[in-house]
Amino acid sequence: MTATSATQLRSPLYLTKLTTRDLDVFYGDKQALFSVNLDIRKNQVTSLIGPSGCGKSTFLRCLNRMNDVIESCRVEGKITLDGEDIYREGIDVVQLRARIGMVFQKPNPFPKSIYENVAYGARIHGLAASRPELDEIVTSSLQRAGLFEEVKDRLEEPGTGLSGGQQQRLCIARAIAVQPDVILMDEPCSALDPIATARIEELMEELRENYTIVIVTHSMQQAARVSQRTAFFHLGIVVEEGETPQIFTDPKDPRTRDYITGRFG
Amino acid sequence: MLLPLTALLLGLTAAAFALGRGRALAVVQGNASLLHSRPAYYGQWVALWCALPSFALLLGWLALEPSLVEQQVLSGASQEVRGLPAERLELFVSNARALAEGGVTSTVPDDDLIAASERARRVTGAGRWLLSGLVVATAIGGLWGARRRVSRELRARNRVERIVRLGLAASSGIAILATVGIVLSLIFETARFFALVPPADFLLGLEWSPQTAIRADQVGSSGAFGAVPVFAGTLLITVLAMLVAVPIGLMSAIYLSDYATPRVRAVVKPLLEILAGIPTVVYGFFAALSVGPVIRAFGERMGWDVSSESALAAGLVMGVMIIPFVSSLSDDVINAVPQSLREGSLGLGATRSETIRRVVLPAALPGIVSAVLLAMSRAIGETMIVVMAAGLAANLTANPFEAVTTVTVQIVTLLVGDQEFDSAKTLAAFALGLTLFGVTLTLNVIALSVVRRYREEYD
Amino acid sequence: MTEGSLHTSDAAARKLRKRYAAERRFRLYGACAIGLAMGALVLLLVTIAWRGVPAFFGHEVTIDVDLDAALIDPEGTGDPEVLGRADYSGLVKQALRAEFPDAQGRREKRRLYALISNGAAYALRDQVLADRTVVGTTFRVRVPLSADADIYFKGGVDAASAEGDRRLNDDQIRWLDRWAALGKVENRFARRFFVGGDSREPELAGIYGALVGSLWTLAVTLLLSFPLGVAAAVYLEEFAPTNRLTDFVEVNINNLAAVPSIVFGLLGLAVFLNFLELPRSAPLVGGMVLALMTLPTVIIASRSAIMAVPPSIREAALGVGASPLQVVSHHVLPLALPGILTGTIIGMARALGETAPLLMIGMVAFIVDVPEGPTSPATVLPVQIFLWADSPERAFVAKTSGAILVLLTFLVAMNLVAVVLRSRFERRW
Repeated sequence: MTATSATQLRSPLYLTKLTTRDLDVFYGDKQALFSVNLDIRKNQVTSLIGPSGCGKSTFLRCLNRMNDVIESCRVEGKITLDGEDIYREGIDVVQLRARIGMVFQKPNPFPKSIYENVAYGARIHGLAASRPELDEIVTSSLQRAGLFEEVKDRLEEPGTGLSGGQQQRLCIARAIAVQPDVILMDEPCSALDPIATARIEELMEELRENYTIVIVTHSMQQAARVSQRTAFFHLGIVVEEGETPQIFTDPKDPRTRDYITGRFG
Repeated sequence: MLLPLTALLLGLTAAAFALGRGRALAVVQGNASLLHSRPAYYGQWVALWCALPSFALLLGWLALEPSLVEQQVLSGASQEVRGLPAERLELFVSNARALAEGGVTSTVPDDDLIAASERARRVTGAGRWLLSGLVVATAIGGLWGARRRVSRELRARNRVERIVRLGLAASSGIAILATVGIVLSLIFETARFFALVPPADFLLGLEWSPQTAIRADQVGSSGAFGAVPVFAGTLLITVLAMLVAVPIGLMSAIYLSDYATPRVRAVVKPLLEILAGIPTVVYGFFAALSVGPVIRAFGERMGWDVSSESALAAGLVMGVMIIPFVSSLSDDVINAVPQSLREGSLGLGATRSETIRRVVLPAALPGIVSAVLLAMSRAIGETMIVVMAAGLAANLTANPFEAVTTVTVQIVTLLVGDQEFDSAKTLAAFALGLTLFGVTLTLNVIALSVVRRYREEYD
Repeated sequence: MTEGSLHTSDAAARKLRKRYAAERRFRLYGACAIGLAMGALVLLLVTIAWRGVPAFFGHEVTIDVDLDAALIDPEGTGDPEVLGRADYSGLVKQALRAEFPDAQGRREKRRLYALISNGAAYALRDQVLADRTVVGTTFRVRVPLSADADIYFKGGVDAASAEGDRRLNDDQIRWLDRWAALGKVENRFARRFFVGGDSREPELAGIYGALVGSLWTLAVTLLLSFPLGVAAAVYLEEFAPTNRLTDFVEVNINNLAAVPSIVFGLLGLAVFLNFLELPRSAPLVGGMVLALMTLPTVIIASRSAIMAVPPSIREAALGVGASPLQVVSHHVLPLALPGILTGTIIGMARALGETAPLLMIGMVAFIVDVPEGPTSPATVLPVQIFLWADSPERAFVAKTSGAILVLLTFLVAMNLVAVVLRSRFERRW
């Protein structure tokens, strides 16, 4: 699309997938985000860290306009996907959410079979013309989510019968099946045990090849492990943002330093 | 006689309370803190001892009185009277009692009847005096005996509370009593019916014309009691009603829970509830007066043969009545589907209708099925709409424009109006009632088990 | 895969449009469903109101009756008994003949008499008994018109149609028009609809008897179902041990709540009438049957009200040494009372509208006298509506609709009270 070339001139080493300019978000009269300016880079994992209630999830949900679901939420400012303002009049939200997928904090597989869970998105967007095509999409999505081997013999069983970690990977497969460009993850591992967490963190590194990933996490260690760029949110503003190693070893802002060192949080 | 007696008993009970309490205070020379329980409890205890036995005696007597009177009336009656068949005998006895109480009788009193009524009057009169005496004696006896036992250590409060708790438990037992009563009475009368008409004839027979002998001495019945057309009529009207209620009710529930603004919801939901609150006799009147003729006129314009008591008229209106059952129960289950499932679907880029059709409704399906079953049960048991708008003649058909009759209509027709004490006819109503009870109970049980079995789906 | 082309291609856009069209249709179905339901409700209420309001008014005509003392009280005794037995009907007929002397022949005269209600004679008699001095004078009296004449003035007779198709022939219409032209006809508020008992004549039929019957029946229902229901709810919530018997009781209550009302009628017939031989058609029996029906409602509503009272209150009361029963009666019940009362009022409202079970126990006779107590024969308002709906006379349509309006008013009032009670007194813990 259009603005990609402009950003390419500015920074030849990476492409910007999503940008946010002067983003203010209100819940009724209460303001949750103040003038957020943040760029999300293509094919990188960007993590959003900060203490609870600082606006990370709110920000994340703005990116795929999930906040539209909440009555009292008001969004002002500009968010672009590949240069196009996603809050513009006439933007198709359904299409947007097909391009930007989401994985939630608590795994929420549908009460359907594993196969149907993954096939759901592909069905509604009409991505498969025939059953074999659909099978292909389901298989490859499950493989990319690293779940195929474990469930290939029981695709007809209900998705709710899997363990927590498997359910979350199922949700990731479900999101992948729609073939998005971006995957948003809202604290995807907070309800999982360490082994399942590790598995998903591995997954993120594999997924990075084909998708842009934005992850909200309350675990700094996780952010340090999986992301290339990190943004630190505090009380609704982005205090600091930059390369992950730099944020964690040499933060510029004192508030960042305090959070990193565990002074609060 | 009864009213003054009851008043007297109540007065004695009040006196018992006062005396008991007074006695308690007297025993401790006015120092209430020396008593185990507060003085009022001693009063209550004495009052209970006064009231409970005497009222029990009174109620028991009243329940047994009719049989006693009947026995007396018959024992002195002439040979001829005693030889009457059962139904005529019943009529004789009730006429005698009516005459004795100064009411109206169904026939002009003859000598036998007058003599019988005299006996009835004597027995009742003497009995009532005896009763009064016994009851008052019991009351006073209870009062006096209890009062004597009032002492400092008497744990009055505990005793009173135990009695009260027993009373509470008994109250909840009434529910069981009611069910048992229903089942037993229905079964008993149905058994009597099946002694006259074989069950196979009833359940499988295709002709329903419950005529029976007009004269009491004609044994047996000349009518047919095959209930299949009646069941078919109920089925036809129920199906029609469901065809109206389920789509409208379900879509209303969906719209209210997922599309309507809170303001619209706040206005429409109560309005839908109003539909449930309108008495069914009003619906029946509306069906007979407005809907039936309109359907008939429409049919005539089309050149069809439409009865003015068409099943469609009754079915349509019954459907409207049932809408709130479907919509309100469905609304509950749809709202119970967790928001996380909706968000998961929306996050994948589904539209709201796709989310509802493919995620929410399948998840809520057990609850919706249960709601439909309960609504069906309600439709099957509905009486007034069909009595006023549907027909009386049994008709085995699937054509909604014809007139059919239903189980409930037949129960009403058979039992209301001139009861000629004709056994088969009246008892047939009970057989129908038992069938009705059984079917609705089964539907309710299934509905409940469907919900329970699938409840863990998305927990 | 090119950037986003999968979802932004033309093919994808077409699919999207179809999906949005489906979305719009779906939403429309929902709105239509609600529209249909609301429409049915409005249609029903409007139809009934339209037909019912005229029942609250009745036309009356002012005529002069010659109260000939020779016919009423020839010996001039002034004795009320004598006065009461006079042929007032004849006097009315005479007055009519005087008004329209052109009515000749027995058939014509009969048609003339048919313009006035049969109750006119009684109205006249009551006036005379109230004021004996009018005997011997020409008394101006207002009497109700017959049902057919009343309908004529309410626009229910098409004068242009063929004479054989109408209930009033040309002569009768001519006479009525004459009266109207002389200003003798008035449309007055029909008090007798509200304070009169049932009657075979539509213009005289009133709902008072049925109202009183309903009142007695509801009183019995309330007296039985409220204490028993609350007691059962208290027991189940506070004292019942968790065992199979308690489960059985709860299952029974839930089942009873779903039993069709007519089955309760059968129970009443078999047990209360046949076995216990209680008086037929009495509010006592009707109340007992309805109490059994309403019991599950009261129990369920009371249970949720009691359950809503937080355990901390109970614990606090126990902590100061109250016995469990005292905890319930002093603390829990008063707090749960609004919810209990709400549920009870709603249950009573439902009982007020019930018809089928009362038909079974015989409250379906034609009862003219106002019932004096719970054991005298009575009918209830819904049954009255049912009986009138069955009557062939056209005028009863208006009466039935009017009675329905009265019934609905009571129901609305009761539900409003319940709603107000709930919103004002219920505490949110």
